[in-house]
Amino acid sequence: MSAAIKGPSLTLKAREAISGWLFVSPILTGFMIFFVGPLIAVFYYSTTEWNLLSQQSHFVGIENYVDALTRNDTFWDVLVNSLVFAAGLVPLNMLLALGLALALSRSVRGAVFFRTVFFAPVITSAVAWAIIWTFLLQHESGAVNRALSVIGINGPNWLHEPHWAMASVIFTRVLKTVGLNMILYIAALQSIPRDYTEAARLEGANGWEIFRRITWPLLAPTTLVIMVITVVGSLKVFDHIYLMTGGGPQNATLVLAFYIYEQGFKFFNTGYASALAVILFVLILALTILQTILKAARK
Amino acid sequence: MTYRTQQKITRICWIIGLCALAIPFVFPFIWMLSGALKGQADVFSSASLIPSKIHWSNFSEIFAYQPFARQYFNSLYIAVLVTGLTLFLASMAGYALARLRFSGSALVLLLLISALMMPEEVTIIPNFFLMKKLGFMNTHMPLILLPLFGSQGVMATFLMRQFFLALPKELEEAGRMDGLSRFGVYFKVALPLSRPALSAVGIITFLFSWNLFLEPLVFVNDIELFTLPLALANFTDTYGLPLWHLQLAATALAVIPMLIVYILAQRQIVESFALSGVKG
Repeated sequence: MSAAIKGPSLTLKAREAISGWLFVSPILTGFMIFFVGPLIAVFYYSTTEWNLLSQQSHFVGIENYVDALTRNDTFWDVLVNSLVFAAGLVPLNMLLALGLALALSRSVRGAVFFRTVFFAPVITSAVAWAIIWTFLLQHESGAVNRALSVIGINGPNWLHEPHWAMASVIFTRVLKTVGLNMILYIAALQSIPRDYTEAARLEGANGWEIFRRITWPLLAPTTLVIMVITVVGSLKVFDHIYLMTGGGPQNATLVLAFYIYEQGFKFFNTGYASALAVILFVLILALTILQTILKAARK
Repeated sequence: MTYRTQQKITRICWIIGLCALAIPFVFPFIWMLSGALKGQADVFSSASLIPSKIHWSNFSEIFAYQPFARQYFNSLYIAVLVTGLTLFLASMAGYALARLRFSGSALVLLLLISALMMPEEVTIIPNFFLMKKLGFMNTHMPLILLPLFGSQGVMATFLMRQFFLALPKELEEAGRMDGLSRFGVYFKVALPLSRPALSAVGIITFLFSWNLFLEPLVFVNDIELFTLPLALANFTDTYGLPLWHLQLAATALAVIPMLIVYILAQRQIVESFALSGVKG
């Protein structure tokens, strides 16, 4: 269709294209300036070293990456910590979310109440949640250890012993975020037609068989989405670490996102911190691509 | 034992199990309140949940310790501004990506989608220098610009596009027939129809801005310009140790209004989040 309505030169198609670009241009311009630009810049910064005294930067090539991968032991600790954090958080979070969703997906009495309870931390700010848990996990007089002492357990100094600190951060982070995954699972469960499970039941299948052969396969796309969201979420955890442990004790909870902040804004190692940010970018990009491939393979 | 009693027992077991699981979700809020009402001396010394003496003075002390009312207002106005701007710009872009045919739109979409999951930590360092150059250090500008044009704004655009794709076209075509411009169709026809999507995206965006922590930490120095999360983390004595009674009282003041809104609009809020997750 090329009939011009108004004006001699602009076709309808051209006018639509102009409108289209005008509509997207505000968000697109901002996105270019505050996201794409900085994303390109972080690659550049990662090849430079900033001198605090002379206030100048010079090109060092891949030196920052070599530094991270070969010379700096902290980097490997950080990577292991991030891995441990994800390996602890993701399965725990997803299993709990699935269990809660299975228990609460039907509209039985009380289900709405429990859903409200388990979702409440999701809308609470992470800072508030971390502050309250830091309070509860204090060594001698924290509520958790007091409760444990009632049943005769002498609780550890949660946030100041390396292994317990990691466990505490994982556990409180799961509590904070599990409600979201529960809701996503509930939405998916509710979209499974009742007839499927009813038919299986009539054939004599028990609850576990129905779950394994019908529910679980039908949930697979949701599980994939939830897994990617949760892994990415675990890689960018910052506020919990900042408030509960500060990366300590002895770097036991120093994870990648916090390490970037620390190097960039506490020690002003701009180049090195940028190299770390690039590594985080690559990790997340790899996860995104993996998700796309898995999704395509399913079809 | 009859089938019926057996079922009843199973049900009761389920409820007891769920109640036990609910403890670590509910208990923190109760302890927050309890600690908020205790004096500095008995925040830790008394094990009881109910304070021996209720210290309402904690709440007035918060405001003496730092400009808490001002900080509260900062969080509120920034979140409202970010939400309003995001809704407008994201719905407009989302509409164009769903409805208008123009060369390059697929590329724009791909570009935006690739940023959906990128955490702000990746770009925070260059953004620091950019904001410095723009003269936005120690202002609220970064806290408005970065959510609007970062992954949150992108997600809003994407969600709006998905919504418009599912919307029947007939009404908009009727609007065109009536002589409305493309902007007029978007603004007067499509936008009023998209109220459910707008409220869902609005809720998520508001909470995102309200809870933002890294950006305020990096860009804001003046205590007057602090937002709530930053203010909450700032109740420490001269040794850097937390002043628990004040910190918990302030946390309660920040959290309770949100919880009340959440309980009142529970359905809507939960559904908004469900929508944002289904996007993938």
